[in-house]
Amino acid sequence: MAIQILMPALSPTMEEGTLAKWLVKEGDTVASGDILAEIETDKATMEFEAVDEGVIGKILIAEGSEGVKVNTAIAVLLEDGEDASAAEATTAAPVEAAPVAAAPAAVAAAPVAVDIPAEDDLPAGTTFKSMTVREALREAMSEEMRVNENVFLMGEEVGEYQGAYKISQGMLDEFGARRVIDTPITEHGFTGLAVGSAFAGLNPIVEFMTFNFALQAMDHIINSAAKTLYMSGGQMNCPIVFRGANGAAARVAAQHSHDFSAWYAQVPGLKVLSPYSAADAKGLLKSAIRDQNPVVFLENEIMYGRSFDVPEIEDYTVPIGKAKVWREGTDVTIVSFSIGMQYALEAADKLAEEGISAEVIDLRTLRPMDTETVINSVKKTNRCVTVEEGFPVASVGNHISAVLMEQAFDYLDAPVINCTGKDVPMPYAANLEKLALVTTDEVIAAVKSVTYR
Amino acid sequence: MAAKKPNVSKQELLDYYREMLMIRRFEEKAGQLYGMGLIGGFCHLYIGQEAVVVGLEASTKEGDQRVTSYRDHGHMLACGMDPKGVMAELTGREGGYSGGKGGSMHMFSKEKEFYGGNGIVGAQVPIGAGLAFANKYRGNDNVSFAYFGDGASNQGQVYETFNMAALWDLPVVFVIENNHYAMGTSQERSSSTPAIYTRGEAFGIPGEAVDGMDVLAVKAAGAKAVAHCRAGKGPYILEMNTYRYRGHSMSDPAKYRTRDEVQKVKEERDPIDHIREILVTGGHAGEDDLKAIDKSIKAIVSEAAQFATDSPEPAEAELWTNVYV
Repeated sequence: MAIQILMPALSPTMEEGTLAKWLVKEGDTVASGDILAEIETDKATMEFEAVDEGVIGKILIAEGSEGVKVNTAIAVLLEDGEDASAAEATTAAPVEAAPVAAAPAAVAAAPVAVDIPAEDDLPAGTTFKSMTVREALREAMSEEMRVNENVFLMGEEVGEYQGAYKISQGMLDEFGARRVIDTPITEHGFTGLAVGSAFAGLNPIVEFMTFNFALQAMDHIINSAAKTLYMSGGQMNCPIVFRGANGAAARVAAQHSHDFSAWYAQVPGLKVLSPYSAADAKGLLKSAIRDQNPVVFLENEIMYGRSFDVPEIEDYTVPIGKAKVWREGTDVTIVSFSIGMQYALEAADKLAEEGISAEVIDLRTLRPMDTETVINSVKKTNRCVTVEEGFPVASVGNHISAVLMEQAFDYLDAPVINCTGKDVPMPYAANLEKLALVTTDEVIAAVKSVTYR
Repeated sequence: MAAKKPNVSKQELLDYYREMLMIRRFEEKAGQLYGMGLIGGFCHLYIGQEAVVVGLEASTKEGDQRVTSYRDHGHMLACGMDPKGVMAELTGREGGYSGGKGGSMHMFSKEKEFYGGNGIVGAQVPIGAGLAFANKYRGNDNVSFAYFGDGASNQGQVYETFNMAALWDLPVVFVIENNHYAMGTSQERSSSTPAIYTRGEAFGIPGEAVDGMDVLAVKAAGAKAVAHCRAGKGPYILEMNTYRYRGHSMSDPAKYRTRDEVQKVKEERDPIDHIREILVTGGHAGEDDLKAIDKSIKAIVSEAAQFATDSPEPAEAELWTNVYV
């Protein structure tokens, strides 16, 4: 029986990829382990090997095809004695999705372009260009490195590998090994080293492959970078950016899925940014690199491939410490940041169908937090739901609840509800991971609860 | 291989004497003020180790940087920071280097290229390499000094830093001030190998053991290490065999060593007595000359103590300043 060769998932977050090149042609005999094709994922170009032996009966997806979904049949492998007609029969049969490749619902949504609301301060006639968060981050770093010789990028695989998540792709070529520096896998050491260089007046961007690994460097982020300005009575500042993927990706389990937003947001001396859109990723990262304080810049791996409209403005920056109202509404205020915004906005859409008008606020900066925008919104809606993927205890949402209780108590018509990730280490199993993460349905239920619907 | 002792002038000898004595008298005064309740919290005195920092500073030039641990008062004085500002920081006053907000372990001087004071054992080591990284990035010939103790030499980040410093040829002198006690744990009880200076071998970093109680030996070793770094040959390790006379901090009962052990070092290896003897026996200075130096230092230290006592506490509004630039 002919075997379908399916588009493989070659990274935890891969939903689709480019079939860059076929290395076999129809009629070729292949053995297990032979390289069939080169496939470009969201992270890298990978070789795809044959698992079974046989003859390539038919190539279904031409090389150069982009956006090929995981589990799409890309070729048919004939067993001994079969002819091409078997290939026809096989392609007609429905494709059975391999269970291991099933992505959790949180990431199942295909990358879509999301409209962003017009910024008040954008000049009239501003044009936009669609860009992924990944490209936006790269543009921000590259633009700042072009204008400031003291800015450099340091981290694991940022140079020759072109970035573990391809954020720094091409930057080594443009800026050279002096300014795009591959480090050993020693977070504690290279973070301390970067902090020292910032004390000496350079502007390092430290990329953590993920913030989970920054736990090893926590001492330098907190004790060395965040506190020295204060301890020196204002003499010694630390102009540095710590950036990388934060929070859950997909199926990478407990040690690679931690959301540290609330941890860093607690520390005086740090600025903490966690953008959602590509425009904010770009504008805020540029602001972070220029900032004379240590900035923790929390990205999200799942968001890297998402596209948004980014203003085509030379030197586009977004101010630190300013939230953004994505959607105006009258019945409830939903406050979120980073990937949580996806659930907040989806919930707002569905709630609108039921006649509930939600105002959605993207905090963008977690420290210093723009609580004024949240308070003003709640004064109008009288209800608030917060959304984040982090753990529930001492969460960002908890802080917002406390601020609202202290500063807008008389305006609240219902207790604030914090939608968060569950209070467990992230499980690996697909179904359990889905349960552990916050969902759109939970946001909707919370809104209905605070609006007594 | 110990470096050959250089010829030194009478003036150099007098300078070393004066600088070491300044640190000792300053620290004695700090201990006194601590006893009077004017200095609080942690206070780690450098008494006994003076030759290390004075000898090494003799090889520095303007632009070179230094960073050290919490036992940092000596380093500040040796690099030219004002004793008044240092003492006033110890007392937590407005006139201190950090305006009273840092204390004994957290003082800095951009002007003197002193990057702290660090309260976390070993944390200053990668920071020191980062200062060297900045020098190399800018293409200047400045050298950084990262001082740390025998205790810190067992920290993982030290070896992460050795690796990167050697990999990238960073101009940093790693100075291990081996005073033989990591707080209350003797080196024998904390380190698998006694020769810490050899721990760079795995990374290709040259190292040497130095008599850290002999300022001239320190000076010679420092000159060699600095020349190595300035020539672009990468990092260098110096292990200073030294000794602290006082406890780890002011609250240390020092039950982990005998009085006799301390007494023996004081009598046989004291760095200040050593230079004093060279000055006198070599006919470079008479007792009267030395007394005059002692007197002038005493005056400077008294003045610093007075300043640190008189300087007001920081204004309450200072609570909220310097969190962000």
